[in-house]
Amino acid sequence: MSTILDKSGFNPDRKLKIVGTSPVKHDGIDKVTGRAKFGADLFLPGMLVGKILRSPHPHANIRSIDATAAEALPGVKAVVTRADFPELPQGSAAGDMSRNAMAREKALYDGHPVAAVAATSESIAKQALKLIRIDYEVLPHVIDPVEAMKPDAPILHDHIRTKGVKDAADRKTNVVERLELKMGDVEAGFAQADAIVEHEYDTMPMHQGYIEPQGCVATCTEDGQVELWCCTQGPWVFRDRLTEILKIESSKIRVTQSELGGGFGGKTGFYAEPVAILLARKAKRPVKIVLTRGEVFRGTGPVSGTRSRIRMGVTRDGKFTAADAELIFQTGAFTGSMFFNAPQAMFTRYDLKNVKTVSHEVVSNRPKVNSFRAPCVPQVVFGVEGVVNELAQKIGMDPIDLRIRNAATEGYKTIYGETFGPIGFLETLIAAKNCEHYKSPVPKGQGRGVATGFWFNRGGETTGTLNIATDGSVTIILGTTDVAGSRISISMMAAEELGIPVDKVRAVMADTHALGWNRITAGSRTTYSSGMVIIDSARKAIAELCRRAALIWGVPEDGVVFEDGHCRPASSNVGEFPPLSIADIAGKTTLTLGAIAGHSEMNVTGAGPGFGVHIVDVEVDQDLGRVDIKRYTVVEDAGKAIHRLQVEGQYQGGAVQGIGWALNEEYVYGEDGRLQNPSFLDYRMPVASDVPMIDTEIVEVPNPRHPYGLRGVGEVPVTPTMAAIANAIGAVIGVRPRSLPMSPPKLLKLIEEARGAR
Amino acid sequence: MTRKYHVAATVNGDEYEYLCEPQQTLLDALRDELMLTGTKEGCATGDCGACTVMVDGAMICACLMLAVEADGKKIETIEGMAQGEDLHPLQRNFLELNGLQCGICTPGILIAAKVLLDRNPDPTETEVRYWLAGNLCRCTGYDKIIRSVLAAAREMRGA
Repeated sequence: MSTILDKSGFNPDRKLKIVGTSPVKHDGIDKVTGRAKFGADLFLPGMLVGKILRSPHPHANIRSIDATAAEALPGVKAVVTRADFPELPQGSAAGDMSRNAMAREKALYDGHPVAAVAATSESIAKQALKLIRIDYEVLPHVIDPVEAMKPDAPILHDHIRTKGVKDAADRKTNVVERLELKMGDVEAGFAQADAIVEHEYDTMPMHQGYIEPQGCVATCTEDGQVELWCCTQGPWVFRDRLTEILKIESSKIRVTQSELGGGFGGKTGFYAEPVAILLARKAKRPVKIVLTRGEVFRGTGPVSGTRSRIRMGVTRDGKFTAADAELIFQTGAFTGSMFFNAPQAMFTRYDLKNVKTVSHEVVSNRPKVNSFRAPCVPQVVFGVEGVVNELAQKIGMDPIDLRIRNAATEGYKTIYGETFGPIGFLETLIAAKNCEHYKSPVPKGQGRGVATGFWFNRGGETTGTLNIATDGSVTIILGTTDVAGSRISISMMAAEELGIPVDKVRAVMADTHALGWNRITAGSRTTYSSGMVIIDSARKAIAELCRRAALIWGVPEDGVVFEDGHCRPASSNVGEFPPLSIADIAGKTTLTLGAIAGHSEMNVTGAGPGFGVHIVDVEVDQDLGRVDIKRYTVVEDAGKAIHRLQVEGQYQGGAVQGIGWALNEEYVYGEDGRLQNPSFLDYRMPVASDVPMIDTEIVEVPNPRHPYGLRGVGEVPVTPTMAAIANAIGAVIGVRPRSLPMSPPKLLKLIEEARGAR
Repeated sequence: MTRKYHVAATVNGDEYEYLCEPQQTLLDALRDELMLTGTKEGCATGDCGACTVMVDGAMICACLMLAVEADGKKIETIEGMAQGEDLHPLQRNFLELNGLQCGICTPGILIAAKVLLDRNPDPTETEVRYWLAGNLCRCTGYDKIIRSVLAAAREMRGA
């Protein structure tokens, strides 16, 4: 039987009524009135306050933990340490997750949890933390991943042997994996080049920077049933991992997702949640843990920092001949950086036949990194797009023309094996070249930069239900998390299918008892995958509506068609019946066969790759090293923008996150291995006065695997940003920066060097 | 056991009483004692603006004021912004122009924007940007927030 995955029914000529407009999102009213319930907003009777004690040392053996004084403090109801976590093997995925939630043999970073308490008030909980005695044996530490690769570096984990190295010596190392990806013949490719550019690039870890710190409430019954309320991008994945590390059956853990106050990848993994569950189990009372901002910086996120060496070659007439790269990704104290995305995506968008990449993932004494929009890709695009710009300069070609000349198109076989279907990179480049911003002259004293980016976009296991109420209105149950507006976009697609106004549809996010398994909300998969599942559900409900209409009319089932929100006789041969609306049919469900619903679960495939071009004009204060973003334009292929304002919002938000990453954001460590800037004062994210309006242009090259042609749009907008800004700064000061962040001290140094060279 | 203090304050026009510890902030009292959770904690250090409220007509970060200091004061929070069924024009424009994504910063931004428009009914884009520079948003890139505030200002001026 063919499914929506084989045959989407995409029709470019279909007249759409709702898809492509921008209705007010239904969850918005709660968010502008303060009603919306986020992670920290749940209060339960008898609830205790949980607080976590964290290691002040970047690297230390934990010889002993004495919590007797804390336990004896009046008001303290439970203390949890490593002894309360089931022992899992070091180096296993579950063992790492457990040890990141609560240190076991060693504390591996400043901020690593070592104990926790639950008490009747926050002040008692804080007092109790001070009474816990921990005997640390402080060890030498290593923060920088390049240092961590050296043979004499302090070793974090005795069990790590580098994966991907043949005949490797059996020696301890911080290098988790070496990954080589290649296609074609790189040396032959470089031999054909008339110009070659090669540089080293650095990027620093930055934090996802969601404004909502992680908050959760756990309860646990005497017979071991757990209820967990939390802000998460993946309730099912949280549940499964909790099952693994706490040894509690999945059916006895119910995870309910709150509204998510920003995640950007940073809420795909748990932190305090297992601790809260263990505290609740010991205390037999609900326990709430809300992280402080300092804890968020020290103990969650951040994003991998990188060191990369990138080389590309081009012919005189502008054809890329080869590219190669060596990449080092820091993953923090535990593996899991998703560094493998980088070699797959960094050059993908150019019609390159000869590519070689060697990538390394390295542990060091920092918090374990977590995902962030297009995980691990923007860091390396920062270098690739710098090399491309220099190649354009070398051969005297317009930077967009060079990219147009080399744009991959349908049929291109990627380094990761996929052959591109219809993609919109060329169309996006042409739109960028023709946009008002690029056509305008660069204002005097400013520099203009251009860069491009790519993301695969994702599908994956997804489940959803569409219920038709007896009055004909519709409710949708989603297994994905709404991180910025997917409920309205999916409601719009349901309404379009059913031929009803979108106001008749309401969507909710399910808890883990209410639906089957759903993959995490990440990789720009949600509006695509949950949309597919709900369109499939709507089509099933429509088939059922037709069956009911046939029953009501006493005609054969194939005598009924569904058009424009109504069941109608398929032809005059069937008989003369006035059309039945969904409400007409739903109102009679008790007389027919009961409720009408559609349900779907599938492993969604066919996500369409996304491409974007960023154009930025900057001013650089050459005395202060300060960069002012004067004008910014994002051009990106959405396939089909379901909700236009939401799509623009993704483009704008991604660009401004990238502006922060480009100019200010970084983790600063002291010699002592402690994070020195764990606050919004010292970790400087962009504020409203730092940025201009972000202009957007939505390109629509449909993805025919989706009924409306959509592609994911959330990851691409941050991939080119840092590169575009660096290229613009380079145009002003004469040297293209190769190290992030491009903060005033670093830029002043570059400006001086450039002056000296003149 | 820390001694608690009795506080009586007016919140969104209603008389409230609560007990608080001396180190607790107004933000703690609003959220944990009065269950007014529309005011958000993003940092507790006055850097993100998510807890922006009005106290006796002054715009403050609720995390930077002690709960005991609120005794006898008049406090306005996001929960008091709509009048009955009528949303404030700022709330309506944020909805219509998509001035919010995840919504965690929205209450603080709406309160701050309301104070701006009360004082300056016709702000420039730059004035709005600098006024809201104490309110962090990580989702939107600020573009649609600024447009929403300017649109609300136009509407309120009857322009």
